Amino acid sequence: MTLIRKRKRIFRFQKKLNRSLPVSILLFMILALFGAFMAIPLIYAFNNAFKPLDELFIFPPKFFVRNPTFDNFFDLVAVMGDSWVPLSRYFANTFIITVIGTAGHVLLASMAAYPLAKYRFPGSRAIFSMVVLSLMFSPHVTAIPNYMVMSLLGWINTHASIIIPSMAFPLGLFLMKQFMEQLPDAMLEAAKMDGASEYRIFWSVVMPNVKPAWLTLLILQFPVLWGTNGGDFIYSEQLKPLNYALEQITLGGIARAGVGAAVALILMVVPITLFIISQSNVIQTMSSSGMKD
Amino acid sequence: MQPKSAERPVNNTTYLKKESRIARLKSEIKRGKHYYILLAPYMIIFSFFTVIPVIVSFGLSFFSFNMLEIPQFIGWENYSRLFLSDDIFMIALKNTLMFAAITGPVSYIACFIFAWIINELSPKIRAFMTVIFYAPSISGNVFFIWLIIFSGDTYGYLNGFLMQIGIILEPIQWLKDEQYILWVVILVQLWLSLGTSFLAFIAGLQTIDRSLIEAGAVDGIKNRWQELWYITLPSMKPQLLFGAVLQITMAFAVADISIALAGFPSVNYAAHTIVTHLMDYGTIRFEMGYASAIATVLFGLMIGTNMLVQKLLRKVGT
Repeated sequence: MTLIRKRKRIFRFQKKLNRSLPVSILLFMILALFGAFMAIPLIYAFNNAFKPLDELFIFPPKFFVRNPTFDNFFDLVAVMGDSWVPLSRYFANTFIITVIGTAGHVLLASMAAYPLAKYRFPGSRAIFSMVVLSLMFSPHVTAIPNYMVMSLLGWINTHASIIIPSMAFPLGLFLMKQFMEQLPDAMLEAAKMDGASEYRIFWSVVMPNVKPAWLTLLILQFPVLWGTNGGDFIYSEQLKPLNYALEQITLGGIARAGVGAAVALILMVVPITLFIISQSNVIQTMSSSGMKD
Repeated sequence: MQPKSAERPVNNTTYLKKESRIARLKSEIKRGKHYYILLAPYMIIFSFFTVIPVIVSFGLSFFSFNMLEIPQFIGWENYSRLFLSDDIFMIALKNTLMFAAITGPVSYIACFIFAWIINELSPKIRAFMTVIFYAPSISGNVFFIWLIIFSGDTYGYLNGFLMQIGIILEPIQWLKDEQYILWVVILVQLWLSLGTSFLAFIAGLQTIDRSLIEAGAVDGIKNRWQELWYITLPSMKPQLLFGAVLQITMAFAVADISIALAGFPSVNYAAHTIVTHLMDYGTIRFEMGYASAIATVLFGLMIGTNMLVQKLLRKVGT
């Protein structure tokens, strides 16, 4: 058994074309070096959340925690327990914004992507070029008129001011459209033969077949909304999201360093976990992300 | 839309042609009714928060408007003030261009090189390394950790480390000294920039046809560099174009990190960018017309650079 397996491995090694071992080792060392650069701040943030106060301010600073404790998390509850708006409220706000915004984005972007991917109709090209064009500038450009639109709609100081615009982010539509283009036309035509309406085809044929793309849109949209600090449109304390609370805590300076690290850990763990779970689906979708013409 | 041509004296054949074209368009629109309905929710939101604002912003840039009084048309005055008499805008423009010129290409190439090396690994390690490199870009505001690393006192990580090994004797004010601010912001920006394009590259590399590489070996490709240049890069052109758009847009929009690290405004405007200049006039001074002119310049810069780079990249390997 083992012999066969071994031989197989050697065989696979030999099959690798155009590779020389020294260069491979060099490249992997470079990768490891930069990987450390990427990971160290995150590991540090992770360790900080479990450090007791005396370890946070030790000189010279220590990287790893020695006596891990959950004090910072308890302190967080204690600190926020005294505040005017309870911590659970910030959590709830972030949760509402993230869930509705992400779900809405996935649904609306898929609805719009289906006709753009599969049919030609008057205006379809113009609409898609507009979406591609809007990938080419950042939302900062429209910040000022956006405020006017918001106040015109009466959405200042509501969660809608964050949720609704986020549903129409162009990146999601672009990726979904590129992914849907790969669906075989025959599948759609078969459904049409059976007398299904366009909406039915969309809902029961197209949507179940683009699950990897949903997860991709989700993983791209989720961190944006999860990490929002309420932007310029929300000023009531009881409507502010969790990240705003984090910013306020870190503004508290040295005395709040431990608590700040605890909130940061909560904020960072959720999106990273989501990505780990959905990685293979995301990669599958991304392979169709290219721009062709 | 009603055919306007009916009122005009036109000769019979063109009239007929026009009529039939409009009729055809009408029937096509009718046939595509369901598609428009599916598109509607997205497009309504998209128009309200992207299309209309871009147009309004462009229009407003020719007015003087403070949100209270009625806008006054002043022609090109905002632009001439911006380029001729606003020294701080010139600093912002210089900083933004420098940011873009460094973080844009470096992050783009880094995205590709790391994706390329990671692709050589076995699937399990590959998945692990992908998470390591991608995690910073989705971990929200964790970049505040860099504030502690670059903190100006001895508790700052970098200062503590450098003092311990004896390279410096006194702590350096990383975030207050003009010499360092811009570089610190660039470094953190690069740390955060392995995002969507990085994933797109990883995906693109995995879909390259193995048989192309084998055929290449027959045709005399000997090492990985030749394979990279003659096979890998041309096969992933669509992903490369897509990644370029995202990285360029990001490189021009540096603001949040600059504000979080260097403050707003930063010392002597050392980390001032076009976006922070825009925030200054838009949300603090309420000179909306002027801020719109800044936004329009930024818009032009981003779109212009993107178009140019798209054109250049399309030429690679053809």
